[in-house]
Amino acid sequence: MNSTKRAARLRRSAPLLALAAPGVLLLLAFQYYPLVGNVIAFKDYLPFVGVWESPWVGLENFELIARGDHRFVNALTNTLIITLVQVLLVFPVPIALALALNSMVSERIKRIVQSVLYLPHFLSWVIVVAVFQQFLGGAGMINNFLRANDLDTFSLIGNADLFIPLVTSQLIWKDAGWATILFLAVLSQIDTTLYEASTMDGAGRFRQMWHITLPALKGIVILLLILRLGDALSVGFEQIILQQPAVGIEASEVLDTYVYNVGIVDGSWSEATAVGLVKGIVSVLLVLGANKLAHLFGEDGLYRS
Amino acid sequence: MTNATRHARRNTLINGQQRPSPLFGVVKLLVFAVACALVLVPFVAIIATSLAPSAQVTNSGGMVLWPERLDITAYQAILSGGVVTRALGVSGIVTIVGAVLSLTVSSMLAYALTRSALPGRRLITMLLIFSLFFNPGIIPMYLAVQQFGLLDSLAALIVPTCLNAFNVIVLRAFFSNLPTDVLEAAEIDGASEFTMLARIVLPLSKAALAVIGLFYAVGYWNAFFSALLYINDPKLWPLQLVLRSYVTNDNQIGAADLASGILPAQVTLQMAILVVSIVPIVCVYPFLQRHFAKGALTGAVKG
Repeated sequence: MNSTKRAARLRRSAPLLALAAPGVLLLLAFQYYPLVGNVIAFKDYLPFVGVWESPWVGLENFELIARGDHRFVNALTNTLIITLVQVLLVFPVPIALALALNSMVSERIKRIVQSVLYLPHFLSWVIVVAVFQQFLGGAGMINNFLRANDLDTFSLIGNADLFIPLVTSQLIWKDAGWATILFLAVLSQIDTTLYEASTMDGAGRFRQMWHITLPALKGIVILLLILRLGDALSVGFEQIILQQPAVGIEASEVLDTYVYNVGIVDGSWSEATAVGLVKGIVSVLLVLGANKLAHLFGEDGLYRS
Repeated sequence: MTNATRHARRNTLINGQQRPSPLFGVVKLLVFAVACALVLVPFVAIIATSLAPSAQVTNSGGMVLWPERLDITAYQAILSGGVVTRALGVSGIVTIVGAVLSLTVSSMLAYALTRSALPGRRLITMLLIFSLFFNPGIIPMYLAVQQFGLLDSLAALIVPTCLNAFNVIVLRAFFSNLPTDVLEAAEIDGASEFTMLARIVLPLSKAALAVIGLFYAVGYWNAFFSALLYINDPKLWPLQLVLRSYVTNDNQIGAADLASGILPAQVTLQMAILVVSIVPIVCVYPFLQRHFAKGALTGAVKG
């Protein structure tokens, strides 16, 4: 009796399970199964022997993190500096752009500006890097112009000291426009009667911005900062690996390129996996911690617990 | 104009806010003009250089802003066969097959997740959402792809990135906002889940499907990371790896790389390769930007 009921329920849900199956299998195969591969962080992985047969070595692979191996510390330092610069310089740009766009009188100009500024978001990093090289490189357009006019040339490309300004400007060029979308959506939802009422009370433009517009953005800004914190240890793998040949490892190595270079290029699989694993765990902890923090501030954060 | 109307005009509100001062407006317009120029000038120069005659490019020492006359030899050279043509083929196949496959799998999963009869619905949703917050790591990913026997195959460019959790969540939100009475009526008429999805849900969601499909397509077209990791054989290089080799890393494009005998200036060739890799994006762009803003918002709010 019970088993026939169960069979009936299964028959009814079978079509739904069949619809969900391919997606769930992909999720398990490429998001969850690879987690198992992290065991090689605790092994001396020998590609010809295989993941399971390779000998266990305990925490040996984590020692280079603990003893502060120079190459690792360099990658960590660069990562943190780039993250900090991005939060301070890249993050506020779309907010400022959105505020300016939101106060545009002409809807037409607003839409044209949006269409133009969104475009670079859809180009690949290879294209963005190529574009920057063609314009700012030693043989690039700007230098050719300077040379032609007997002025001093400079090269922003391939100069290790200028690597951080370079990646920062690329990031702004590519994504600042696109990032305004969310802020504009939030701004468009502000109740206009608030502004009207404040005008009655004699509030000027800047008071309105301070007391109405900015508080409306607070929630989304906190949400995005939390998401950003989760990525604090990941700074654009593609963008950076593409430019490493030009600026050298010392200036441009970040944790993700370190894992790729040490693991896949140099073949130190286990050590690189150990670094990647620590990075992944720290990132998840940062998201969870930041979310808790958001709750303390009375914000919704990513989810309510 | 009476004093009263002038006063009223000055106080006209924009989105409920007070009209900004004219000076502020001019500064803002200037900033926008500079920003737009920074985005557009590179495109103009790339297209102009790709179409300029080699002599002009050589004389100017590199990029030009305006071609003296139109010269398409660079395009003939890269499109007549050889490395770039093959890469265009690889990227084209990966983009089309990948986008269709991704869209099919994603909409099936998204629909199933809107049905309360789906067993393990909460668990699947959790698996999906959690996957947004962590990534498996570069080396474990490589090992998994290797174990599945996908290295150096076109499947390596498609299968590992086939399902994007964010896109599934956006689609699920869209599907669950469809009018429920139509679905209920179909259910009473005895329609199967497959029929409901194919006959009712998908036709009602054409715009959302097109945008998510294009988003997947742009992802496949731009994919560099998976190609770098999983493809060693230069015959299977997608466009992005060819771009890196010949444009970003500035390797010389020789006669051996092209089927045609003509060899225009390197810069002209490089810019032509850039243009063919940008054109498809620019073609689908108007559709993407018009519709995706809405989708991005839904995803951000409900995810």
